[in-house]
Amino acid sequence: MYGRKVKLRFLFVALILITLILTVFLVLKSLEENVIYFQSPSEIKALSELDKKKIRIGGMVKKNSILVEASEVKFIITDFKNEINVTYTGAIPNLFAEDKGVVAEGFLKDRNFFSATKILAKHDENYMPPEVKEALGER
Amino acid sequence: MLFSVIGNYSLFLGLFLGLVLIYLSVKNFKNPKLLDAKILSFTFLQFFLVVISFLCLVLSFVLSDFSNETVFNNSHTTKPFFYKIAGTWGNHEGSLLLWLLVLTLFILIFLIRTKNQPIKYRILTLIFQQIIIIGFFIFLIKTSNPFNYIYPVPTEGLGLNPILQDPALAIHPPILYLGYVGSSIIFSSVLAATTLNIVTQKWASHIKKWALGSWIFLTLGILLGSIWAYYELGWGGFWFWDPVENVSLMPWLALTTLLHCILVLEKKLILTSWVIILSISTFALSMSGTFLVRSGILNSVHTFANDPERGLFILIFLFSLIFLSLFIFFFFHKTNKNNLSNFFWLSKETAIIVNNWFMMYFLSVVLIGTVYPIFLDVLSSQKISVGPPFYHKLIIPFLVPFLLIMAIGPKLKWIKSNLDDKIYLISLLIISIFLSILIVKNFSSNFLINTILISSSLYLFFITLRDFFIKGFKNLAQNIAHFGFSLLILSILFNSLFSSEIITNLRVGETFQNTKAKIVFESIRQKEEENYKSIIGNFIVQDSKGKIENLSPELRIYNQPNIATSEADIKTTLLSDKFIVINMLQNQDFFNVRYQVKPFMLWIWLSVILISFGGLVSFVKKKYEK
Repeated sequence: MYGRKVKLRFLFVALILITLILTVFLVLKSLEENVIYFQSPSEIKALSELDKKKIRIGGMVKKNSILVEASEVKFIITDFKNEINVTYTGAIPNLFAEDKGVVAEGFLKDRNFFSATKILAKHDENYMPPEVKEALGER
Repeated sequence: MLFSVIGNYSLFLGLFLGLVLIYLSVKNFKNPKLLDAKILSFTFLQFFLVVISFLCLVLSFVLSDFSNETVFNNSHTTKPFFYKIAGTWGNHEGSLLLWLLVLTLFILIFLIRTKNQPIKYRILTLIFQQIIIIGFFIFLIKTSNPFNYIYPVPTEGLGLNPILQDPALAIHPPILYLGYVGSSIIFSSVLAATTLNIVTQKWASHIKKWALGSWIFLTLGILLGSIWAYYELGWGGFWFWDPVENVSLMPWLALTTLLHCILVLEKKLILTSWVIILSISTFALSMSGTFLVRSGILNSVHTFANDPERGLFILIFLFSLIFLSLFIFFFFHKTNKNNLSNFFWLSKETAIIVNNWFMMYFLSVVLIGTVYPIFLDVLSSQKISVGPPFYHKLIIPFLVPFLLIMAIGPKLKWIKSNLDDKIYLISLLIISIFLSILIVKNFSSNFLINTILISSSLYLFFITLRDFFIKGFKNLAQNIAHFGFSLLILSILFNSLFSSEIITNLRVGETFQNTKAKIVFESIRQKEEENYKSIIGNFIVQDSKGKIENLSPELRIYNQPNIATSEADIKTTLLSDKFIVINMLQNQDFFNVRYQVKPFMLWIWLSVILISFGGLVSFVKKKYEK
């Protein structure tokens, strides 16, 4: 019925369309699964339901709150309204210190306890992650 | 003081020359018998002025002239001489001046090297390139002038971020920029060629050199950044899928695809539209790379100082360039109807096109992962980040067909082909699968996917290895690059499979022991350097085989700015790296110790060098052989 060329071209277009749809589907699906949300201690206090997914918490490390043991580090993240206790096992970045901004990634145990799997390093001592700045308000 | 004035006026003069050059080029374009001699000398003069301006900035840094705001913000009298020079491009203003320097240098080289190309084409390329150059001049002068004054003159500068005081990072930006800016020439040239409708085989073989050149630099630039991240950031990884890394990977993917398409175009007059689109996107991605890094929009571990005005300017500039190029593409581009689609399914063209699709897929995954958080933030002010699992999940499965086609594709002939020596191809495949089962069998997790991945990269490895012997110098460049790629994937796979890590907090004198290793924290000593104090830990590490290694990681506390950085101690051997890094904890006597065994690290670096060496072989080769 149709020439070989037409058939070929039809196949070609169909292939492109299928790949496109597949790509979009795959990307969207895995975005949904792998995105990590950022929250401040106050936002966590206000949560009605605890999320089992990995999240990030940002704020300041409270003064005199860092406690080091052989296997883990404990500290408190505060946004000067609310605070949350963090336990962490793993490598600590250079710029992690009391009274400095911090972003911790991990899982919520409840509204007051957070178990971190990663603490994010920043390159610049004066730099404050935009999320933390926002979470802290205009301080 | 004096140098700032000279540098500043050189910039203004350079901008003025850009306008003069456009005027001259338009005049010459109407009467194109001969290239106006003035054009070449003015282009040279413009380059010369930017060089002067750049040298003035370097001198201001070397002399610690703190009346200059850029120097004040990024330098310090006690900073070592080498980093005073390298500090010139370690900041936003200086690095943009470097961009401009390379832009003007490349158009000069282009004009000199294209004597046998049509004059109209050369002039038009110059015009497009000057539009970019003028844009960058205005951007530099208006939003990020490196020669701003401060009064009263401070006596001491703020210092360079210590993490940037590192040899690899001193040469990383220039090399990366050579790659980025090289794509600007491809961009201007493709627009010129489209306007004149000369996107032909002859054009392809001429622009191939430029594509190869910038591809080599881009590859090496990314490698340097990766090596730096490995030993300086103290995380023991070489790629974090961080947005700033992604924006350098995206132009690389586009450029690699472009390179392959140009090869097809050079052989046969097909894929012209595709080449044009790829050239435009490579440059757009390079520019948005600069935009995303420098505007501070990306939330990244590498975020430096930011300024929204800068971002807005580059964004507007970028969009007008893209608009201009799309306009040219739709109005001037005519497809050649005579030569279309007379190739068959089993041919080199098909293999290249299919792998192009995969590359575009990888590119879109990286692109979406990088910009989606920005969009979501703007639309719903929700803060999110996209982590490595996203990229791994979407990219790794598709590496398998990608690698297989990469292995078979070069075996096919142009236009139509039958696979020769099928026996070899199949037996090599069986050997690869068998070997990878042997390697992976002790690992229960993800047995299937790891076996498939390792077999496909081993397959590419064996096939390219065999080609070195049976083909000799034929297709050498391509074979080296593909061999390097298989080695890269293999090393990365082995690295991620067999790495082990111990993280613990230790006091001086304490010992950590588990089944894999015994770490003894022997002692610490202190050392004073000109601009930092360092604490050096002495560790004795004994692995499960009883082999003892002395490692001494260092912790540097810089005095200006007052920042601590960790210097990892890495013992590299052919098969694996032993990596240890320490970190002090505020007001505590514990040190945070991280010890890693990373197999095949050296091979990751070597294989990337091999890949770019393949590019170099193709670059120096006189003529592309069949």
